[in-house]
Amino acid sequence: MSKFTLKVNRRTHTVDVDPTTPLLYVLRNDLDLHGPRFGCGLAQCGACSVLINGAIQRSCVLPMSSVKGEITTLEGLSENGQLHPLQQAWIAEQVPQCGFCQNGQILAAKVLLDKNPHPTDGQIRTALNPTLCRCMTYYRVQAAVKRAAKAIAGASATGEEKEVVA
Amino acid sequence: MSVESVIPRQIEELLSSHRRNFLKSAGLFAVSLATPGVAQTNPPPGPYRDPDFRQLDSWIVIHQDNTATFYVGKTDPGQGTGTSFRQLMADELDIAFNRTACIMGSTDITVNQGGSGGSTALEYDSRPMRRAAAEARRVLLEMASARLGAPVDQLAVHDAVISLQADPSKRVSYGELIAGKRFNVTLTGNNVMSATGLAKVKPVQQLKYTGQSLQRDDIPAKVDGSLKWAGDVKLPGMVHARNVKPPYAGAKLLSVDEASVRGLPGFVRVLSKGNYVAVVFEREEQAIEGARQLKTSWEKPAAAPFPRSEDLFEYMRAAVPTSKSAPVVEGDPDTSFTSAALKVEAEYEIPFQGHTSFSGAVATADPSNGQMTIYSNDMKSYSMRTCVADFLGLHRDRVRVVWMQGAPSFGRSACEDAACEAAWLAKEIARPVRMQWMRDEETAWDTKGPAYLIKMRGALDAQRALTAYEYNARACDYNHTGYNEPDSVLIAHLMGIRRKTPAPGRASMPSDVYAIPHRRMLGEVVGLPLIWETPLRTGNLRDPDGPQVTFASESFIDELALAAKADPLEFRLQLLGASAREDSGFRRARSLAVLQAAAAKFGWEKRVGPKPRGKGQVLTGRGVAYSFRGQSVVAQMAEVEVNRETGHVWAKRMVCAYDCGLVVNPEGLRRVAECGMLHSLSRALHEEVMFDTEKVTSRDWISHPTLRHADVPETIDVLLVNGDPQPDRPDLSPYGGGEATCKPTLAAIANAIFDATGVRLRRVPFRAARVLAALKAAGVDRV
Repeated sequence: MSKFTLKVNRRTHTVDVDPTTPLLYVLRNDLDLHGPRFGCGLAQCGACSVLINGAIQRSCVLPMSSVKGEITTLEGLSENGQLHPLQQAWIAEQVPQCGFCQNGQILAAKVLLDKNPHPTDGQIRTALNPTLCRCMTYYRVQAAVKRAAKAIAGASATGEEKEVVA
Repeated sequence: MSVESVIPRQIEELLSSHRRNFLKSAGLFAVSLATPGVAQTNPPPGPYRDPDFRQLDSWIVIHQDNTATFYVGKTDPGQGTGTSFRQLMADELDIAFNRTACIMGSTDITVNQGGSGGSTALEYDSRPMRRAAAEARRVLLEMASARLGAPVDQLAVHDAVISLQADPSKRVSYGELIAGKRFNVTLTGNNVMSATGLAKVKPVQQLKYTGQSLQRDDIPAKVDGSLKWAGDVKLPGMVHARNVKPPYAGAKLLSVDEASVRGLPGFVRVLSKGNYVAVVFEREEQAIEGARQLKTSWEKPAAAPFPRSEDLFEYMRAAVPTSKSAPVVEGDPDTSFTSAALKVEAEYEIPFQGHTSFSGAVATADPSNGQMTIYSNDMKSYSMRTCVADFLGLHRDRVRVVWMQGAPSFGRSACEDAACEAAWLAKEIARPVRMQWMRDEETAWDTKGPAYLIKMRGALDAQRALTAYEYNARACDYNHTGYNEPDSVLIAHLMGIRRKTPAPGRASMPSDVYAIPHRRMLGEVVGLPLIWETPLRTGNLRDPDGPQVTFASESFIDELALAAKADPLEFRLQLLGASAREDSGFRRARSLAVLQAAAAKFGWEKRVGPKPRGKGQVLTGRGVAYSFRGQSVVAQMAEVEVNRETGHVWAKRMVCAYDCGLVVNPEGLRRVAECGMLHSLSRALHEEVMFDTEKVTSRDWISHPTLRHADVPETIDVLLVNGDPQPDRPDLSPYGGGEATCKPTLAAIANAIFDATGVRLRRVPFRAARVLAALKAAGVDRV
């Protein structure tokens, strides 16, 4: 066992686990987070996705000894009681069926929009293609990404205007 | 939008506040209530009673703050039925939708409506819910009548407040009338489905929330990470278990070397009985490692348990059927075939397709207080209770199942196997056990939709009219696994428990109302050599058998249309229109309505035979298929692109026209239809369980591909059609809302590929290599 200090969703935690333990089980079982989920344990489906320093990582195959950086899980997307525009778009589009994969879908979409705020339909498909859904909510996931992109663009346009006025 | 405003009251909050207080004050139950997902130090001791469906109090609790909680015996695996129940019950009770909540599927606090299955939630199970809500409203009106000193017919109800019609200032709320007290009203009815009070339900035109696209109440917690799922339950002293499955199907366990893992950190126990083996460790990652490192030795079975998947259909052709259905015969098909001017024959092959749930099956079992509590996302929590009790030899009063959300379970999934495993291990070691199947285990060992081999024949007369039709199905379905049977769960098989006789299985027939003068339909079941302890065990998979049967029947209708020199849509409309058969469900009229609605939206181009092939690399075509399930009728149309050089197929556009009666939540239903159709698109393009003569070789998302984002159509239109001859009937019923949309998709895609390429694919799935081989054989692969 070894002690690890993790910064997760802006809070610091210390855990004592074997260094080979995949991050997923620490997040779920030691930190009691429910966003990242076990889907395959093989980095094939995306259910366990987390952001580490803003990059998407599959926590089911990431040993604790390799975790370097600040972790954000689905729970950490909302700030000051406000849901992230992606989460709001997910509700507006009524995306999930069972919802088990949506952690991965939302985080993959966040990484896409952070890099490319105005993705084409093709870019959305390509970016999200590694993230699976067995309820087949893909069509609504893609619609929600487009909706969120618009909302973020609208919000930042409003913000810029305010700055000009100020 | 703040987090606060979008998170509905969670089950645990409801249970821990309103209901607990209410129950305490009302003395309803002598049990404390569990809080799913939260560590419990004091689980309820039992015995766990069956909530009495004849007591109004079992269905509805009204709180001091004039809110209501509905308790229903259903589960909602993500189709939104819980929200729809609230819409219907809020309407009957006359209370604002946003002041209601719905608790589902936990055996000790909700009446037994069987959980979910068969798309019956709204069609059948909502009926007693509506009647209970209507009865509660009636009783509250009587109470208000006494309180306000006025006869009921002089009272008005608006949003859970009853007032005098003549003087609205004289009023009393539901909460003031009943909160903290019991209704103490006994319902009548021989079973839960017929439970009723004295009140009549409203005509559907008077339902206010029903028909509105209200947002689903389970979604916010699924997107903000706050939902506690079945797999998230944590209990004091809980340990983690993993199975060690036989490496070869039908193998016999010779030895288990506990010493190989005893020294690993967190070791608790190795347990085995018969050929069932599991490891138990303190932590989850330790259990995974323990299962990997445990040394076991196995003896291969003397004979191969099954043929290779490549040889499955040859095997099925040669096999001696274990049973045959009595043929369904109409008219005189033999004479028609003898005198036919033209005969058409075709044979279709649909392989085993798995549930392959998004996550491995999971369940947690808590043996505290000498009872057994199971936390599970299985859709049939009530039969799970009985199954676990019988499997363990416990009285069922000592077992309860708490239903929680989980990965999709469309039918007889492996959730039931995991639950019995967790329960057995928990009983053996007297500690709470969380059992989680791994990916390879889920893909290889879950239940499979049966493989089908379907031969069809048609006879046309000299005028090219269809006169006779023959359907002959062979389903590889012997020893079909039922729901929550203590002698058919996988752990029972592995422990050597055997039913007296294997379950016979079935071969299903097509559902259509085509007017064909002479018909014969026959179903035969065949079995694989290994029928016990097998990873190729069959069980109900979403719209059981529908996609297989309809792939054949609706592909063949297109083949007959070609022979009749007719457009495939026109041919169907003609066969439907010609029928004069008794049709109490108006299926014929509604079938015509959905086909016409789909054609109008799609912009159906009429033509006989395939589209003239263009010169490009990508060929395009359109296809149609139709079917019904129960009273729900569906027509689907697809536009596909086929890359003639790679064999890749993309369904670019899909239209689904759907008549399932009264629509409770239109946007919710559209999404269910989309997802059902795309699930079958995945089965059309990708899904096949592969195996060699020792084991299933489909073990993950590489060896068992599924639909992905890039496969999704550019446009999907779901049209909700009401083709009832009396569309405004006051008693219009909702019909089955989900599974019907899974049925016609495989055939619609195959028919579109034929239109694009002139090549008829009769073997599912249409993976690129198979499509390319067929195009090459027909010389279509080159421009």
